[in-house]
Amino acid sequence: MLHVGLEHFLFVAAILFSLGLYGIITRKNAIMVLMGIELVLNAANINFVAFSRFGNYGLGGQIIALFVIILAAAEAAIALAIVLNVYKTFVNVNVDEINNLKE
Amino acid sequence: MAEQTLLNISLIIFLLPLFGFILVIFFGKRFEKIYRVEIGILVLTFILALIVNYFKLTLYPHKDLVFAFTWLNFSNLPGLGDVHFELGIKIDSLSGIMLLVVTLISSLVHIYSVGYMEGDKRFNRYYAYLGLFTFSMLGIVLTHNFLLMYISWELVGLASYLLIGFWYEKDSAADAGKKAFLTTRLGDIGMFLGILILYTQYHTFTFDEIFHQISLGNLPFGSGAWLTAAGILLFLGAVGKSAQFPLHVWLPDAMEGPTPVSALIHSATMVAAGVYFMARIFSMLTADALLVVGVIGAITAFIAATIALTQNDIKKVLAYSTISQLGYMILSIGVGAYTFAVFHMVTHAIFKSGLFLGSGSVIHSMHGEQDMREMGGLKKKMPITYWAFIVFTLAISGIPLMSGFLSKDGILLGSFAFATLTGHWLLPFSGFLVAGITALYMFRLILMTFHGSPRNIEKYDHAHESPKVMTMPLIILSALSIFIFYTPNPVSPEAGWFYHWIGTSETVVPQDLRFDFMKSESPAEVHNEAAVEHSSEEEVLYSTSYMEALHEDHIPALSLSILLAILGILTAYILYEWKKVDVDKLTEKVKPLYTFSLNKWYFDELYYATFVAGTIGLSKALRWFDVNIVDGIVNGTATLGLFVSRVAGLFDKYVVDGLVNFSAFFSGFLGLTLRKFQTGKVQTYVAFVVLSLFILFWVFI
Repeated sequence: MLHVGLEHFLFVAAILFSLGLYGIITRKNAIMVLMGIELVLNAANINFVAFSRFGNYGLGGQIIALFVIILAAAEAAIALAIVLNVYKTFVNVNVDEINNLKE
Repeated sequence: MAEQTLLNISLIIFLLPLFGFILVIFFGKRFEKIYRVEIGILVLTFILALIVNYFKLTLYPHKDLVFAFTWLNFSNLPGLGDVHFELGIKIDSLSGIMLLVVTLISSLVHIYSVGYMEGDKRFNRYYAYLGLFTFSMLGIVLTHNFLLMYISWELVGLASYLLIGFWYEKDSAADAGKKAFLTTRLGDIGMFLGILILYTQYHTFTFDEIFHQISLGNLPFGSGAWLTAAGILLFLGAVGKSAQFPLHVWLPDAMEGPTPVSALIHSATMVAAGVYFMARIFSMLTADALLVVGVIGAITAFIAATIALTQNDIKKVLAYSTISQLGYMILSIGVGAYTFAVFHMVTHAIFKSGLFLGSGSVIHSMHGEQDMREMGGLKKKMPITYWAFIVFTLAISGIPLMSGFLSKDGILLGSFAFATLTGHWLLPFSGFLVAGITALYMFRLILMTFHGSPRNIEKYDHAHESPKVMTMPLIILSALSIFIFYTPNPVSPEAGWFYHWIGTSETVVPQDLRFDFMKSESPAEVHNEAAVEHSSEEEVLYSTSYMEALHEDHIPALSLSILLAILGILTAYILYEWKKVDVDKLTEKVKPLYTFSLNKWYFDELYYATFVAGTIGLSKALRWFDVNIVDGIVNGTATLGLFVSRVAGLFDKYVVDGLVNFSAFFSGFLGLTLRKFQTGKVQTYVAFVVLSLFILFWVFI
């Protein structure tokens, strides 16, 4: 039977992080950028939990993961609200077109 | 009356005209009639002068009253010792009599000018200048030292300059003023040097102290030659002021001034200042210096008399006659006839100012015409002026019963006696010759002006006798030209008070520097203050030989001078009144001599060719130097500066500005470049962050 070790978790988390980062950088749509952020946060959560499971750190990691989930939820709520307002103002949510502060 | 009171009055006499000057010059514009104050002041000074003279003569006949104070005290100067300057006044017989003359003539001229200057636009200023002149002249008269003498001397020159150029709108008047000022200044340089020689030796300016030192045998730099030099240098000042040859050229031109000024300054008082000065320093003149003085006087008398013969301008004739008479006085000083020099100075002051005022009266009535060829027949129109003129002319010609006869005869006698004792026969020869010429030209003037038929009918018809303010001074002056005011005996001045009062100044120079006849009888006699005081009392003239010569020569000299004067008058009558000889034909015969005299011996031309042209040449050379060298240096410096600043400008423009512009351009470029990174897109930043992370990883791990 294949033994699942710490490396596997970290590997998955790394892939997830990279995907998230890729999403953040490449997507134009603000919603998609938010979704990338979620991916990055979840990659971090996987790391926390994995270290909590395999390391001798007690339950701290899992608790922080819970905090992160809560934080992500709050963040999603606020960010989506901002995005809605942005949409109301600009009629689209493309991050590269919202550059009024530049000039 | 106490001595101090007399001195105080003299000080008041001295300062009153100055007060008048200040009053009139500052308030003349506001109060039109203020000139009356000035006239009042002058009359007051004359009265005070009379009082001073009266008491001096009766109470202190043989004493010099001196008032002196230390003016500047530098105490002990390093290298110079004790330095202090004293000023002061001295009343003796000489200054007393001169005080009278100056205040009398000055006040008469003040009165006369009311008529003559009537309607002049600078009327009050004219009076202010007269006041300034009188003040300065009194300074010369009263001073007891060389310093105040020199100061007043220059002030008199200034007043003379202001008054000659009084009508400065006329170029000729302005030029004449400058000429007079500069020419006299030339002589003053000599006077200044002479004073310096004396001061260097004696460290005092006071006459009496200097004379006392000389009498003790203390000579400047220990040599008689220096004393002679000092005497001649001081004489140079008199040459300038008294218009002696060769500095006489300014006086005829000075006639450009108002005629009363000519009467006061340029005939009677200021020009006599030179003679007065020579009389003051007579005691210290050595035999050589006296000879120079005498020769200069004789030359001047002769030259001026010959020029006066041919002049047609009435004032020019009188001007040259003045120079000639001044030459007489200087000659008289030179031959040691001190008393007669002073005597002639006084009588001449009276009759010459009278002549000038008379000519002023003529000019006034002829509406400014001065050419005698335009006059004639004025006798009927102006009787008072005519008769006064006759009196003055007789006086100057040396006709008995007149004051001029007494003094002039004395001078001729003195020079005659001098010649018999020393053998200088040219001096009396020139003196007697001039006596004849004087009578000739003066009667020529009278006959051309007052006799005959009028040559310019139009002007003759308008001629009239002058107002009383002008004739009154003439009458007073003509009365004073009669012998009786000076001596009871019309042919012997020795009998009069004047001769006794003035006495003879004792010479103080060492025995071996005197003329033989001036040597004291007892060489061992010690000269001191007391001896000087007593000298006039005892009437010790230089020596008995001089006195004897004077007595012996009295009759021949007297008859000769009268004869010559009458001869001169007769010639004048033959030529101009009876017309026995045609003047024009005579002129034609001696044409070269005539033109030579008419052109005043070409002195002006000579001076123009030498001094004026020389000065102009020098200034041209200096101008060339200025234009080419000095300006060249300046311009060269400027060009150099221009070049340097051009280079600096280029450096500024390309290097400094280049650096500045480059830094601006560089930062601009930098900004433009870096601006591209600041896209404002979060995603780009994130990409950069990731990229940087990779780099950091690559670097550190």
